[in-house]
Amino acid sequence: MVGTPLAGALLLLLPAGRFLPGDVAVRRYGVAVSGVTLLVAAVALAAFDFGSPTRMQFGVNEEWALSVGLRFHLGVDGISLPLVVLTALLTFLCFLYTIKHPPAGGSTRLLTALLLVLEVGLLGTFVALDLVLFFVFFEVVLIPMYVVIALWGGAGRRAAAYKFILYTLLGSGLLLVGMLLVAVNAGTLDMTELATRQGAGLTHGIQVTAFLLMGLGFAVKAPMWPLHTWLPDAHTEAPTVGSVLLAGVLLKMGTYGFVRIAVPGAPEGAEFWAPWLGLLAVIGIVYGALACLAQRDLKRMIAYSSVGHMGFVLLGIATLTPVGLNAALFGNIAHGLITGLLFFLAGAVKERYGTGDLDALGGGMLAKAPTLASILTFASVASLGLPGLAGFWGEMLALLGAYKPHGDLPRETFMTFMAIGGLGAVLTAAYFLRMLAKITHGPPSEVVAARSVAGISVYEYAAWTPLIVLTLLVGLWPKALLEVTTAPVRALLGGG
Amino acid sequence: MIGLASAVVLLPFVAAFAGMLLGPRLSSLLGARTTTAPAPDPVPGGGPEAGAEAWQGAATEAERSFLKNGPAIIACVPIAVSTVLAAIIGLTVWGDPGDRTGVLTRVATGTVPIELGLQIDGLSAVVAFMVCCVALAVQVYSVAYMSKDPRYSSYAAFISLFTAAMLLVVFAGDLLLLYVGWEVMGVCSYFLIGHHWEERANSRAAVKAFLVTRLGDVGFLFGIFVLGIGAGSFSIERVLDEAPSMPHATVTAAALLLLAGVAGKSAQFPLHTWLPDAMAGPTPISALIHAATMVAAGVYVVARVYGVFVAAPAALTVLGVLAVISMLGSALAALAQDDIKRVLAYSTVSQLAVMAGGLAVGAKNGAIFHLLTHGAFKALLFLAAGCVIVVTGSNMLRDYGGLRQGMPITFWTMTVGLAALVGVPPTSGWFSKDAVIEAAQHAATRGDASAADWLVYVGLLVTVAVTAAYATRLWLMTFFGENRGQGAYELKEAPMLMAGTVTVLAVPSALVGFFGAGEAELRPHVGSAVLALLLVIAGAGAAFLVWNRDPALDPARALGPARPVFLRAFYVDEVYDAVIVRPVRALARYVITFDDRGIDTAVVGTARGARRLSELARLPQNGNPQAYLTGVLAGTVVIVAGVVIFL
Repeated sequence: MVGTPLAGALLLLLPAGRFLPGDVAVRRYGVAVSGVTLLVAAVALAAFDFGSPTRMQFGVNEEWALSVGLRFHLGVDGISLPLVVLTALLTFLCFLYTIKHPPAGGSTRLLTALLLVLEVGLLGTFVALDLVLFFVFFEVVLIPMYVVIALWGGAGRRAAAYKFILYTLLGSGLLLVGMLLVAVNAGTLDMTELATRQGAGLTHGIQVTAFLLMGLGFAVKAPMWPLHTWLPDAHTEAPTVGSVLLAGVLLKMGTYGFVRIAVPGAPEGAEFWAPWLGLLAVIGIVYGALACLAQRDLKRMIAYSSVGHMGFVLLGIATLTPVGLNAALFGNIAHGLITGLLFFLAGAVKERYGTGDLDALGGGMLAKAPTLASILTFASVASLGLPGLAGFWGEMLALLGAYKPHGDLPRETFMTFMAIGGLGAVLTAAYFLRMLAKITHGPPSEVVAARSVAGISVYEYAAWTPLIVLTLLVGLWPKALLEVTTAPVRALLGGG
Repeated sequence: MIGLASAVVLLPFVAAFAGMLLGPRLSSLLGARTTTAPAPDPVPGGGPEAGAEAWQGAATEAERSFLKNGPAIIACVPIAVSTVLAAIIGLTVWGDPGDRTGVLTRVATGTVPIELGLQIDGLSAVVAFMVCCVALAVQVYSVAYMSKDPRYSSYAAFISLFTAAMLLVVFAGDLLLLYVGWEVMGVCSYFLIGHHWEERANSRAAVKAFLVTRLGDVGFLFGIFVLGIGAGSFSIERVLDEAPSMPHATVTAAALLLLAGVAGKSAQFPLHTWLPDAMAGPTPISALIHAATMVAAGVYVVARVYGVFVAAPAALTVLGVLAVISMLGSALAALAQDDIKRVLAYSTVSQLAVMAGGLAVGAKNGAIFHLLTHGAFKALLFLAAGCVIVVTGSNMLRDYGGLRQGMPITFWTMTVGLAALVGVPPTSGWFSKDAVIEAAQHAATRGDASAADWLVYVGLLVTVAVTAAYATRLWLMTFFGENRGQGAYELKEAPMLMAGTVTVLAVPSALVGFFGAGEAELRPHVGSAVLALLLVIAGAGAAFLVWNRDPALDPARALGPARPVFLRAFYVDEVYDAVIVRPVRALARYVITFDDRGIDTAVVGTARGARRLSELARLPQNGNPQAYLTGVLAGTVVIVAGVVIFL
């Protein structure tokens, strides 16, 4: 699964003259490679033994560097499976979208190769079961993303790309130290082993320090307030496909890391920091929502909305309960689907009207581009957490977790978090509805009326429909996802 | 049985998707003449502003081509089937009372599981039947009313989706499942209020409705958490079993939190402000969502989990006080409104408060009885008002007058509806209102009656008088006196599809009360009935006397200086705007600046600081070999000197 895009990317190193001359061929090639990857992921999904989602399946466990105990250990369980499929799907959809809507900037060949390497890193992160391996994949993701933003981005792309890479590298540094601290003291790099040990053999002090370091590393990625400022810039400047992957999958690496490594690896540390994590999470929810409420740029608004949504995910993690971690994983998937769709739509709006400024767009999009505006409405309503669509369950379960957090955590504090989070949910609704009212309602503005915009192309439909359908399916039948994650989550928390 | 109930819920749900995706296509398949995209005229208030005449023409045409109207068929047929099924369920439950529950599956959450299940009992069966009937009536009515609308297809689909959500609320056996339906209703209400989004005011009204109700819903969700975690299950049955044994504080907290959601949905003070604005939606929507069904859902839910409220008397007291404020305040506001729909909207708030008041004094059956009769007569009133609006092309009472002559069907049906609203015997409203008043009287005259009981009782009686006054004003100003339309419209009856529906609804509005006569609790009592009747006569008489002095003028002038206060509904909107809306906006703007100047400056500043530091560190490494050499030499000298001196 990881090998397919890697091989695909390596093949693109061949000189352009000999291998796949022409942009169109390269784009098709990208679709094909990511399509095969998706197929592999789908096969994994089909072959996955849902009877025991806790067990690591499709494992590879080879010696890699024996002297330091490094192993090439990969595997999929109920926690990573949904994320793996999501990654493969979103990458594929991005390639599909690029066929007809390539971003202006560098060469297509380079973009295709970069996106494939990106996919390698993302998939690798989710299937790695060795700390060092995990870190390697974690870092592999950074460079292609940096280049994608720096080459295909908007006007302020240089600054945004620098900010992105420096921020996340700093986070990674802390993360590495934290992970090594755990690994050296526990004497193993194996993540499944660490999870079963539940921090046995680590002193309280080491756990607290290690969780702090790892937490900071993951929190930059998530991003958690107040470490989020790279995100709006990166999103605003990145091309559509960059934004989709950034929001859809990249952010999930942070929260996945929390669930997979930080919480089971250093449970006492998690307990020590959980109230702080919860506090920053709810600040993020309200802060993100307020920032959206006064935001003028569509992409920037969606970026800040990610801060809010990831706040719910982090709140779920902070509760240290099965329901909270379930909420986090559910929120991850839902956010990937919905925000991915939202960024596609924001890209489509910008492509058609030449601006993403809410005031400049003015209004009346429902009159002039009814389908686009309707899908935008759908995505917004999904994102504000309407029950029956994917966004709701993650938020609801996170709040439910906060109502009754882990026994050793201060319950009153978390109930306050829950109440604030609830208010954040109202504000979330407020800014999405404000955005919809601003650009889709009302009489057509000059910008909207002046251009007779293109209808939605087949490729756009192809990229969006799976996201819409999945948002509905997951929302209407949350059991599909919760069934897979509940058991492994309990195991990670040390329960049966 | 559960299968039947699932079908009742699922049919409109499927219809919604089918209508959304296939509606127009089915029309062309059936060979309808494609009226090539009628220019979407701008729309004030209720409907397309094509002028009353064109509107009527289109409505009449729509009624003739019903079988070729794809969206209309997709919308009407499933709900008709649902209505029949709901009737079967109702009859079965009547014949063999008792709870029936069915659980489709359990969803593990990591803590208390969610049960996807339905529960049928007498309460849910009868309310579901009412919902289906009103929804069917509204769908049929809309075929004509919305015929000029280019987006009829999505409009009908949203009504279907709404109906499914409401039925889910009614049948849900699990609190979280109920919440799903509850919120979906809210979003449908948002879409339908904002159906004519070309007008900014409608869009604003839609957003307001959604946000205000959502604020309440967050409390509602937390209430569900408290109950679910407390009982170890979200199933309504289990929760009701456990409620009496839960700690008192828990139950009270849960009940109060639930009340927040109830106040939001049922438009009770202090979350009532969205409902009058919601009248921006098309009139049939006002009839279905904002009169008969969704707003009644709050009252329904309190009845559904009444055991929790009984265990928390404090919550019932709060409910009673809120109800009294809502019923009196909005009845007074209704007295001064100019817009016929706003009169009816405030009247809805007031009548819902009557139900809530009934619940507060323990009259659960009386309240539900009033919910059912109110559903019938308020839907009738709104749809009849829609007929008036179609014919006159205006929402304003000042443009009516003397409509009795041209529109006999509308006149008589509306008379029945208003009589039921006021509580004139023997209409349905008289029976149900009397059941509530009687219960309140009983509670107030009990030995251990609290102040709240008295408050509810007195509030109900005063409301009866005020209700009579505003209903009489509406009736007289619309149908009597000289026509004030100045020839802007031709006076004739609304299309049969509309007038017919209204007539059909008039039957239950008039007669459904007699069904209650079978139960002692719901039978009229002489004492309270006579008292209420006297008050009705007083209120209606006062309105008539003022009007009679000069039928061309608005009787509301008698209110004097209080009139603007009532018209603006005691300035609650203005207060909220100043206290909540503007501060939040300001805070949001502040956050943006803070994010750019505060946090980000700190980050960028760190980067700059690092660069300065590195520049300092770079100073010695200026790439000049001489400088390096000098440094090396100087170092050597220092070391040598050190060695010589210290050794």
